[in-house]
Parts: sequence; C-alpha cells; structure tokens
Amino acid sequence: MSQTLVIGISDYAVSQKPNILVTYALGSCVGICLYDSKLQIGGLSHIMLPDSGQFSHQEINRMKFADTAIVDMVKEMRALGCDLRRITAKIAGGARMFQVQPGSQIGSIGDRNVDSVKQILSSLHIPILAEETRKNYGRTVYFDLGTGVMKVHSLNKKIAEV
Amino acid sequence: MLKNYEELSEMHIDVLREIGNIGAGNAATALATILDEKVEISLPVVKITDFDTAVRALGGAESMTVGVLVSFFGEANGMIMFLLKMEDAKKVMSILLRDYEEEDEDAEEISEMKLSAIREIGNILGSSYINSIATLTGLQINLTVPYIAIDMAGALMSVPIIEFGAVGDKIMFIEEVFSGSENNLRSNVIMFAQIDTLKLIMERLGLEI
Repeated sequence: MSQTLVIGISDYAVSQKPNILVTYALGSCVGICLYDSKLQIGGLSHIMLPDSGQFSHQEINRMKFADTAIVDMVKEMRALGCDLRRITAKIAGGARMFQVQPGSQIGSIGDRNVDSVKQILSSLHIPILAEETRKNYGRTVYFDLGTGVMKVHSLNKKIAEV
Repeated sequence: MLKNYEELSEMHIDVLREIGNIGAGNAATALATILDEKVEISLPVVKITDFDTAVRALGGAESMTVGVLVSFFGEANGMIMFLLKMEDAKKVMSILLRDYEEEDEDAEEISEMKLSAIREIGNILGSSYINSIATLTGLQINLTVPYIAIDMAGALMSVPIIEFGAVGDKIMFIEEVFSGSENNLRSNVIMFAQIDTLKLIMERLGLEI
C-alpha cells in the first residue's frame, strides 16, 4: 500500500517505496528531493531560509534552513543504508512571488535559497539531476519513491515531471 | 525579554486585537467611500497562530488567492499582507468596475485594470491598519507601494514569514467579513512586525514587555 506523506514548511521526511512524499505551495521556499535509486529510499525537505549561520546563537529549527536540513536528511538516509555516492537530487521552488522594484530585498530570498541549496549539494558531491526553480509562481512537489520522479504542479496548470 | 510572538501575553494579544479592530473600522470606512455603498464590518477575529492554521483558513495551501503586500518602515518595521480568495476578489472587481463593459467573465487572464483595482483595495486596507498603529502610538511609519500576486495561498503567505523568519513561526492573522448591500466578502490580513517594533508599540501604549 502506497502512503502519501505530507511535508510542511520547515520540515522534512525520509521514507521508501512505494510511498509518495508531497509538499504544498512552495513560494520562495525550496523543496529538495534526495534519492538512492538502488534502495529506493528518498527524502523531501521544505526549507525556508538559506543559512542557519546568523541564527547560531539561538535555538533553531534545523529543518528550516538549507544547510542544516540537507545535512540532517543525508545523515538519516545513510543511517538507513543509503550510500552517499548513490544519492542524487532534484529541486524545485525558490520563486520570486512578488514583482518588486529592482534592488529591493523582498524579492531576492528565493534566489538565495536556490543558490545555497546548490552550494550545499555540491559540497556533499550530490548531483542535481533536475530542477524547476526560480521564476514567479508557487509550486507543489510530489516525489514518488518507487520511481524517483519529481512531479511539479503549479496553478497555471503546467505539470512538469522530471 | 520578548524574543518572538509565542511569548506575547494575553494582554499583549488584546492590544494587537484592538489595533486590528481600529484598523478594520478605518478600512470599512475607506471601502464604503470607494465602493459608494454602505459597508459594515464584522468584529474582526485576531489570532496569533501558526502558518498551517492560517493557510487552512484560506481554503488550503493550494487555493487560488490574491495577495497584496505592503512593507512598512521607519520607526516601525514589518509587512502587512491582504489576502482574498479568488472568488471574493472577483466580487470586489465586479463592484469596483461595474460601470465598465465586462469583456469576458471567464477569462483566464485578469485584466490590468482589475488587478490595479484590487491592488488599490489591498493598499487601502493595509494602510488602515498601519494608520491605526501610527495614531495609537505616535510612531512615524512609512509604507512602500503595494505589490500584487495571484497564486497558491501557501506560496504567498510564506513571503512575509520568510522575511521575518527569525521572529518565530507564529503570525498575526486577522479575519474580517465586510458586508455590503448585496455581497459579503471575507478577507484576511496577516501582519508581521519586527520584534523590536512589537516592543516599541507595547511600550508606547504603556505596557510592560
């Protein structure tokens, strides 16, 4: 029986086939799908912010930040037997939801989230097989752990399967 | 020392609620003037709540929603976002533009004229709240121009949450029903203030924080 697990904002989950992981309405947040195709184990993380560094003096939710969430999710997958050398990534989100004046801080967080996610994946030598990022619309991500396919749904009815 | 919204006491929340009430009252007056009809307003429900609860109140993360975002800055810093479900937004547009020829009711694209009408309503409502804060506290507050987007409720609401992500995961969520002669409109406003701004507001109103 396939189960659908919903991942909220600042949250992640790791599971295995035939389950489906879903996270709704990514705006400038980024959804990161990690997958080990041999074991058919994967994780989906919904991060809000690029970097936990400036909040290190306080208690943080590690699932909120790209740097801590990805590292923790990889650790959890490895504990289930996944080999870091086999883990691949697909990412979605990081949009600019409001068309603000150039130079305004408001619009840039999506880009910074995507940049940070890519940098962290690259430092872990995890290849990005596909991405559906940036632009100006919200996205819902379905990640099928049986196939490793990431399905991205948006309100303008374009559905991308990668 | 107040660090996030979770630490607000009942009394602080009452103060925020009162600010919400005054803001909503101002907003109803402004709306009545623009729509040229009597507008009544329900007592707004002001909640300090988490993201998921607020999103559910808007019909779920994926429900199509119009969001108008205004940032405020100066002695008080934060963002205010006015949210309308698509069906309510269409009602507002048809009231505002009733004297114009309706080209195509079911058009997928919303005309620039309609967008701009909604943006202005959002701007007026947002400003009404900020005005009530400024009037009560004597703080000097400026507003940016309003920005509009139509998309999934969750994706829109995450914008101010992300900008003020350090403040905590709770938001101030105001729900109010505007009743005109024929239509009822349910609208939501979410407000995010920097924690320093919240402290300042409470101080100016003579509350310990």
